[in-house]
Amino acid sequence: MATAAAITAEREHYLNKEYGIRSWLLTTDHKRIALLYLMSITFFFFVGGFFALLIRLELLTPAGDLVQADTYNKLFTMHGMVMVFFFLIPSIPAVLGNFLVPMMIGAKDLAFPRINLLSWYLYIIAGIMMLHCIVTGGADTGWTFYTPFSTAFANTKVIEAGLSIFVAGFSSILTGLNFVVTIHRMRAPGMTWSRLPLFIWAHYATSIIQLLGTPVLAITLVLVVFERLFGLGIFDPTRGGDPLLFQHLFWFYSHPAVYIMILPSMGVVAEIVPCFSRKRIFGYKAVALSSIAIAVFGFLVWAHHMFVAGISLYSAMIFSILSYLVAVPSAIKVFNWTATMYKGSISFSTPMLYAFGFIGLFTMGGLTGLFLAALGIDVHVTDTYFVVAHFHYIMVGGAVMGYLGGMHFWWPKISGRMYPEAWGRLAALIVFLGFNLTFFPQFILGYLGMPRRYWQYPAEFQVLNVMSTAGSTILAVGYVLPMVYFLWSMRYGKIADENPWGAAGLEWKTASPPPTFNFEEIPEVTWEAYNYDEIPEPVEVSLER
Amino acid sequence: MSDSPVVVEQHGPELRHHFVTAEQQREASSLGMWLFLATEIMFFGGMFCAYLVYRLNYFNEFAAGSRSLSLKWGTINTIVLICSSLTVALGVRAAQMGKRKLLVILLLLTIVFGFAFLGIKGIEWYDKYKEHHIPGASFNADDLVHDYPQIHIDQAHEQIYFSLYFAMTGLHALHMIIGVGIFVFLTYYSWKGLYTPEYHTPIEIGGLYWHFVDIIWIYLYPLLYLIDRKPLG
Amino acid sequence: MFNDLPLWPARASTGAGNVDALYVFLVLLASFMSLAIFIMVALFAIRYRRQRNQQAEQIEGSTALEITWSVIPLGIFMVIFAWGAVIYFQERTPPQGATEIYVVAKQWMWKIEHPEGQREINELHVPVGRDIKLIMTSQDVIHSFYIPAFRIKQDVLPGRYTTEWFRATKPGVYHLFCAEYCGTQHSGMIGQIVVMEPAQYQAWLAGGTTFGSLAANGQSIFQQLGCPTCHRMDTQGRGPNLTGVFGKPIQLEDGRIVVADENYVRESILSPSAKVVSGFKPIMPVFQGLVSEEQLNALVAYIKSLSPEPSGAAGTPSLRPPGTQTQEQKE
Repeated sequence: MATAAAITAEREHYLNKEYGIRSWLLTTDHKRIALLYLMSITFFFFVGGFFALLIRLELLTPAGDLVQADTYNKLFTMHGMVMVFFFLIPSIPAVLGNFLVPMMIGAKDLAFPRINLLSWYLYIIAGIMMLHCIVTGGADTGWTFYTPFSTAFANTKVIEAGLSIFVAGFSSILTGLNFVVTIHRMRAPGMTWSRLPLFIWAHYATSIIQLLGTPVLAITLVLVVFERLFGLGIFDPTRGGDPLLFQHLFWFYSHPAVYIMILPSMGVVAEIVPCFSRKRIFGYKAVALSSIAIAVFGFLVWAHHMFVAGISLYSAMIFSILSYLVAVPSAIKVFNWTATMYKGSISFSTPMLYAFGFIGLFTMGGLTGLFLAALGIDVHVTDTYFVVAHFHYIMVGGAVMGYLGGMHFWWPKISGRMYPEAWGRLAALIVFLGFNLTFFPQFILGYLGMPRRYWQYPAEFQVLNVMSTAGSTILAVGYVLPMVYFLWSMRYGKIADENPWGAAGLEWKTASPPPTFNFEEIPEVTWEAYNYDEIPEPVEVSLER
Repeated sequence: MSDSPVVVEQHGPELRHHFVTAEQQREASSLGMWLFLATEIMFFGGMFCAYLVYRLNYFNEFAAGSRSLSLKWGTINTIVLICSSLTVALGVRAAQMGKRKLLVILLLLTIVFGFAFLGIKGIEWYDKYKEHHIPGASFNADDLVHDYPQIHIDQAHEQIYFSLYFAMTGLHALHMIIGVGIFVFLTYYSWKGLYTPEYHTPIEIGGLYWHFVDIIWIYLYPLLYLIDRKPLG
Repeated sequence: MFNDLPLWPARASTGAGNVDALYVFLVLLASFMSLAIFIMVALFAIRYRRQRNQQAEQIEGSTALEITWSVIPLGIFMVIFAWGAVIYFQERTPPQGATEIYVVAKQWMWKIEHPEGQREINELHVPVGRDIKLIMTSQDVIHSFYIPAFRIKQDVLPGRYTTEWFRATKPGVYHLFCAEYCGTQHSGMIGQIVVMEPAQYQAWLAGGTTFGSLAANGQSIFQQLGCPTCHRMDTQGRGPNLTGVFGKPIQLEDGRIVVADENYVRESILSPSAKVVSGFKPIMPVFQGLVSEEQLNALVAYIKSLSPEPSGAAGTPSLRPPGTQTQEQKE
């Protein structure tokens, strides 16, 4: 019997085509770039996660006794900046998107492979700047940089943090640009728009937001940096400026940014649920158009972050009503995924468990968004732990679970190996339980009135905080496990064949791992997406063990 | 595996291998540049938004600041840029027709116009420096207070006008410098004969970029220079 | 409620109950929807699991369903929007005749001044059953005045006034939190709202140190700064007569009409040329940097006192312009 090494060594694929660090650092292969991103964002995930752990440890007791107040303020600032800009925004698009978009549409690479590599280098430069910022003291403005605190009062590394995010923004813009052009111009013959996997639709919508929203953040950060450097007064009332102008410009990007963070994982779920239900997605058109609708409406609601900031009563009403409109397409997606399971043939693989977790937690997080969009409620709960819980339900309960589900689903394709299924399911369960214990108590804390960004707090909030911290330690275990067993599987995992899940999609019609140019020859597509009536079930992989 | 033979298209060395046809590559490049320009609109857009808000609220200071700019130099610069866009457009045409020498001349002219614009911008900025209109510690708008006694000028608000003036024209000048740099490369490669009627995509997308930078100026000129130029009194 | 594990905040204002009602409705709705989805997913997962259902049925979709589950949620959302908007409208419309208390926020404390002159730091004493309107500004960065028990919060900005109002219903001591991150001691910028029975409140008022009422202070600052030189009590002054001006629409030189509210008065002192009254020249000196926030509050209170009280008001002391006396005038 040939050894695992012998089998894979016989065939050339993107991992063994060339060896050596130059072949990786100067690659233009989208799949290698995806792995470069995988390593970098995993690193930053653990940096941001480390800050989170310190925050939760401090919050075990009402007094500020683990770190000083200034340190705590830096911890939540850097946690937010690192997690948002160096983990969540790139995560799925830069790893799974980069790897899969060309393959799913039947292309040999993205439209601009060298720009793709440039994107990664910009991300690394930004990351080095951010790390330098952290080790030389960090910023303490909150990831939201509100003025005039950030421009005229903070005496921390605001400029460096701002410039680092500025550079990271261009990485994001170029990735978005690459995806849009690729999806428009490089689809294989027969791959019409209505045959595209929903993962592609989700990434298309995400890329539009990246393209149009990120530059506004870029110019806003430039203006903040200029204000600090040259003493300008654009956002400073003592010098004729308006702090609310900063908030409008900041949130004009940062609200659509949350859709950058969630749309891709919705795309992942839309691939996983049909596969493990063995049936086509219910309501393909509705789900595809919902992605676009979320992207469009997402640009119209930014001032719902400013209901108590001093905006007028009437503009608050307009933004509230628009915020309800943007909730509708998300609801449509949840209903369609659920309906896909109806009369399906369901199996409980690790990716499917993550998809279940996503549906449950995204639903809860999204429903709490309805609370926040209600003006009368928002006045009470804005700037409290209610908001913190809401966005963590979506970002962590939603986006991160989608990311992990996708990593498990496409791991065989990426590495040519199967991860250990039992450990996969265990980790999914640990993540789900740990997550809920961490963040559900925070809804209660928020309505009770505990403000966010508090280093110390009144004693009556302690029990709920202790529960939250306990949950976070469980959650941490759940996140470390996959790292360990994915690495283990690269040497000891079962060899994966072309399509271990029996999934639909062009990426499953080529070897695992794929050859450098993806396909021996470009396929011509004559079938609809999610043609599960035609695809046989996988023979070998038994998921019931 | 299909039985039909693989068709190899005749193509020049410039066709990158992940593209199937030269046309696909051309269309991808063009779409890519248009999308990039859309991001640039959003980038400048943030500052146009700030400009809009403050001009509505501090009209007097904006008007006074606008009058203190040199209408002569601003108008000359506008004409310079429009001429440069003409040479760019003619250059694209020359490339389409395979006229290498003409293309090189037009690209060089464009660069000359670009330097002329930057030089004039430098003169204007220097004038502002002499008049103490550069925002920061040494900002002083007493001269404007003196020149326009019929309105009241709040110096903090005046500084906002000049902050936006320098931020907007500075960002524009930075884009011009990058554009000139791009055109230096384009000129070199044109001179080496790299561009043909079949393949001159870099000229086209470089031209798109240049036109965009020109259009930004077409907006900046009236917004900064022409706020309230009607005769006083 | 458990002392160690409270699950619901105290409810101590007229508005709190309205907010709680919408919240309970939303909790029920969200619980119902979440459970519905969870149960559907679980039911389908179990009923259609691979062992029980080998063959999946390919269903493309259903336009009717899509429309149904778009329109019904949209309808429910519009109800929630309207309900929340009504509450918000009430929260942002202080009633006439509310007692006005000035708040100045600074890193990292709340400075509070009652119209009668009482000053407090990080504490606000109020009587039960009276409408209280807070007029707030910041000396430095953005803060936020948050009273969970009343379910109200409003950012406090440098350079302008923002307001919020409440009517307390239950005596007690309630949390006051700063809810907009403002630097090192953001989490230490907390205090207490002390709600007292009216009799106790009067006693507290009487017992406190008197700095003189806010409006009386304002009057003396008005005179110290030389304002009466131009702002005479007749029509001969170089500046407008300020009697009866507050709260009225004013026509400006450029044709605009603005209402003379707190922000207008404040701006006219700090940046007089921004809004010049029709018929007057822009010659008023600029007082930016020459008056503190507390002095501004006092001046605003004084100018307010030059306008007649709205009918049915309770609790705000009034001050006649200098030179006139009424029977009600306190010493």
